[in-house]
Amino acid sequence: MGWVNAVVQGLLLGGLYALFATGLSLMFGVMRIVNLAHGDLAVVASFLALALVSGTGLPLWVVIVVTVPLFAALGYLTQRVLLQRSLSSGPLATLLVTFGLSIVLQNVLLEVFSADTRTLDAGAFATGSFEVSGAVSVGYLSLTTFLLACAALAGIQLFLSRTGLGRMLRASSDDPETANLMGADSRHVYGIATVIAFATVALAGLMFAIRSSFDPAIGPSRLIFAFEAVVIGGLGSLWGTLLGGMVLGVTQSVSAQVDPALTLLAGHLIFLAVLAFRPQGLLAGRTA
Amino acid sequence: MTLLSVRDLTVHHGQLRAVDGVSLSVDEGEVLAIIGANGAGKSTLLRALAGLNAPSSGTVELAGRDITRMPAHRRVVAGVALVPEGRRLFRSLTVEENLLAGAYRGRPGPWTMAAVLELFPWMAERRGQNAGQLSGGEQQAVAIGRALLSNPDLLLIDELSLGLAPVVVRRIYEVLPGIVGAGTTALIVEQDVSQAMRVADRVHCLLEGRSVLQGRPAELTGERVEHAYFGIGAAEPAQEGRH
Amino acid sequence: MTISHLLSARAARNVHVVRATRSAKLSAVVLAAAAAVLAALPFLVFSTVTDTLINLFVLIALASMWNLLAGFGGLVSVGQQAYIGIGAYSLVALADLGVQPYLAVPLAALTCAVFALPTSWLAFRLRGDYFAVGTWVIAEVYRLLVVRVDSLGGASGKSLSGLSGIDATLRGALTYWIALALALATIAGCYLLLRGRLGLSLMAVRDEETAAASAGIDVRRAKLLVYLVSAAGCGAAGGVITLSSLSVNPDSIFSVQWSAYMIFIVVIGGIGFIEGPLIGALIFFALQQLLADFGSWYLVLLGVVGIVAALRLPRGLWGLVPGPSLFPIGYLVRRSDGPA
Repeated sequence: MGWVNAVVQGLLLGGLYALFATGLSLMFGVMRIVNLAHGDLAVVASFLALALVSGTGLPLWVVIVVTVPLFAALGYLTQRVLLQRSLSSGPLATLLVTFGLSIVLQNVLLEVFSADTRTLDAGAFATGSFEVSGAVSVGYLSLTTFLLACAALAGIQLFLSRTGLGRMLRASSDDPETANLMGADSRHVYGIATVIAFATVALAGLMFAIRSSFDPAIGPSRLIFAFEAVVIGGLGSLWGTLLGGMVLGVTQSVSAQVDPALTLLAGHLIFLAVLAFRPQGLLAGRTA
Repeated sequence: MTLLSVRDLTVHHGQLRAVDGVSLSVDEGEVLAIIGANGAGKSTLLRALAGLNAPSSGTVELAGRDITRMPAHRRVVAGVALVPEGRRLFRSLTVEENLLAGAYRGRPGPWTMAAVLELFPWMAERRGQNAGQLSGGEQQAVAIGRALLSNPDLLLIDELSLGLAPVVVRRIYEVLPGIVGAGTTALIVEQDVSQAMRVADRVHCLLEGRSVLQGRPAELTGERVEHAYFGIGAAEPAQEGRH
Repeated sequence: MTISHLLSARAARNVHVVRATRSAKLSAVVLAAAAAVLAALPFLVFSTVTDTLINLFVLIALASMWNLLAGFGGLVSVGQQAYIGIGAYSLVALADLGVQPYLAVPLAALTCAVFALPTSWLAFRLRGDYFAVGTWVIAEVYRLLVVRVDSLGGASGKSLSGLSGIDATLRGALTYWIALALALATIAGCYLLLRGRLGLSLMAVRDEETAAASAGIDVRRAKLLVYLVSAAGCGAAGGVITLSSLSVNPDSIFSVQWSAYMIFIVVIGGIGFIEGPLIGALIFFALQQLLADFGSWYLVLLGVVGIVAALRLPRGLWGLVPGPSLFPIGYLVRRSDGPA
C-alpha cells in the first residue's frame, strides 16, 4: 500500500466522518446543543441493526432501511420530550442532559449486549475491492459509504436551501426569536433538526459498524472524531464539515501508514493545530 | 370596525412594569402611531402584541378573538406581523430568502413576492445578496417586505426610523399608504413625533408604561404632546389616556 | 414603580454590609469538629472503613475543583481527567526518582499547574460547549502521549514504588489523612479564593462577561487562575488515587468517567455553591455503596438522576435549602433600622 492509496482511503473515510459529524453540527447550529450522546447514538444504531439481523434474519440492507427512519422518529421524540425541556433550563442543562443520556445508553448497551466486540457482517461486499491503478485499490464498501455520505449531505443541503422548512432551520440558527415571528414553531423546527441528526448518525453508525468492530463503550471516541471534523471544517458549514472529515480521514490514514499506533494521536494533533492557528475553522462563516 | 382591542394590558420586565394598564384600539385600515420617550414601554407593548413577551394581566383581542395567551408563531397565522426593533434580518440568508421566510405560513392575501418587489423595486436585482450586506434603510425595507409577505391584517412596526437617515425614512414612509391601501392595518412605534403626527390617523403617547395622551394629530396641540411626551405636569394627565 | 423610584427608595435606607451570618459561624464550628472526628477515625475504626472514605474524599476534592471551574469560572470542562492523569503519573515518576510518594502529592499538583498553563492557551480558544469537548480531546492527547512513553509503562501502566518499606496499616492511615487533607484543602481553597476579589470578578464574568470586562475586570486572568487552581487540585487528587491504588493505568486514570462523576456530583449537589460538591459527593458515595452489586445499572441510574436533576433542579439539592450559606462568600446587605 503506497502513499497515494493511503490518501485515497483517507478521503473515502473522510466522507463517512462528515456524514457522522453533520448531525452534531446541525444540532449545534440550530439549537446550540452539543450532543455528547452523539457517538453513543451511532453505537445504539449498530446494536439495533445487529439485533434485528440476528432476530429476524432479514438481509442487512433491509435492516438499514428500517433502522434509519426509526432513528429519525426517535430523534423527533427525544427533542420534544428531553431536549426541548433542557433548552429552557440553560446551556449547561443541555450539556448535562446529553452527557447523562450518553452514560445511560452506554451502560444499557453494556448490560444488554455485554462488553464483547461485534461487527455487522455484510459478506463479500464488505471485503471486496477493485483496482483503480496499480497502486490504488478501492473497496466497494468504502466507495459506497463515501457516495452515500455525499448523497446525504447534498440532500440535506438541498433541503436547507430550497424548502421553506429548511430555510426556517437556517433562520432559527441566525435568530430564533425572529424565526418565531415568521410563524415558525421553534419546537417543530428543532424537532426536524434532530430528525436529520438522528437519521444521519444512524446511517453513519451502521456504516462504521460494517467497516470496523464496535462495542458499547466506543461511542465517546467516535464523538471525538465527529467533533474534530466539525471544528476543523468550521462551524455552521456543511461543506466545511465534509472538508474537515476528509482532512481528519487523510491525516489518520497517512499517519497509520507511518505507524498504526499514531492514527488517533495524529488526528487529535491536526485538530489542535487548527484550533491554535485557525480557530474559526477552514471554511468558517458560511451557513449550510 | 375594530381590528385590535387592548384592555388594561400590563407587561413586566422582571420587577419593572414596562407596560402599565394600557388600553387602546385600532380600527381596520387605520394607522395608529405610538409615541413616547426611550423606556416608555413602546417596544415592550409591541412585543407583547406579537406574542414575544407574556403580559401579566389584561387582554388582547384581534377581530373579536382573544389572543392574549397565543404564542407568537400562531399569531402569524391569526394575522399579526411584527417588524422588530433593529430589523433583525436573518444575516446568513439572502434578501430573497429573508422575504420567503415571511411567506413561511402561506397565509393568503394581496402580498406576493411580486407585489413586494413592486413596492421596493431595487430589491429585484439584489435578491441574491446576503442580507447582512445591506445598508440600514435597505434592511428596514426588507424587514417590512418580509412582514408583509405573511399577509397580516395587523402590521406592527417597531422604531421604524431608528438609526436611519431622514431621506431614507421619508422614502420608507412613502410606501405606507400603499400598504394600508392594500387592506393592512398598521400600528407603528415612532420616536420622531413630527413624523408620527404626519403619517398616523391617530397617535397614542406612552410615559413610563402608561398611556398619557391620545387623539387625532389635528386635534392635538404641540404643547400637549410635548407635555405628555416628557411628563411635564404629569400629575393629572395620567388619567387622561384611560377609557 | 419606576426604576428611579426604586433606586431612590433604596438609597434612602440606612444599610450595613455583613459577610457571615451567625448560623454560618456556628456551622464553621460544627465543620471543624467533624473534621477533627474524621481525622481521628484511623484510631477508631477498621481500615476497610477508612479505605472507602478515601474514595469519598477524592470525590469531594474533584467535584469541588470542577465546581470552581464550571460553577464559578463558567468553564464547563469535560477534560479534567487530563490533570488527574498527569497528577497520577507525576507521582509515579517522582517516586521513581526517589521522592517520598506522600511528599510528592503537592509536587504532582504543581506539575499539573505547569502543564495547565500552555494547555489553557489552546483550550481558551474555544467558547462555551465547544470548550467542553475541546478539553476532552486535549485529555485524550495526553493519554495517547503517555502511553507512548515506555518508562511510564506504556499502555499497561505502572506500579508505584517507594512505599514498600512502610507498614500496611500505617500506609493506609497516612493515605487516609492525605485524602482528608486534600478534601479540606480544596473546600477551604475554594472558599478563600472566592471570598476575595477573584470571587467577585468571577461572578461578574459568569453573569455577563462583556460587562465585567468593561468594568475593568481582567476576564482572561481570572479564568486562567481558576483553570490553574482546578488543574492543580485535580492533579493532587490523581496523586492520592495512585497512593491508594498503588498503581496507575492510563485508560482508567485518563477516563472521561471522572468527568461524568464530577459533573453529576456537582449538578446533583448544586452548581455554584461551595456546599454543592459536598452534598453531591455524599449522595453519589451513598449510591455507589448501595448499588455496588448491580453492575452498570448503577451508572444507568446515575445518568437518569443526572438528567432529572439538570431538568428539574437547575440549582441542585443545595439550591432547595433556604437560608444562609455555610460558606458565605457574598455580601449581605441589611437594614440597620426598620423598613423605610
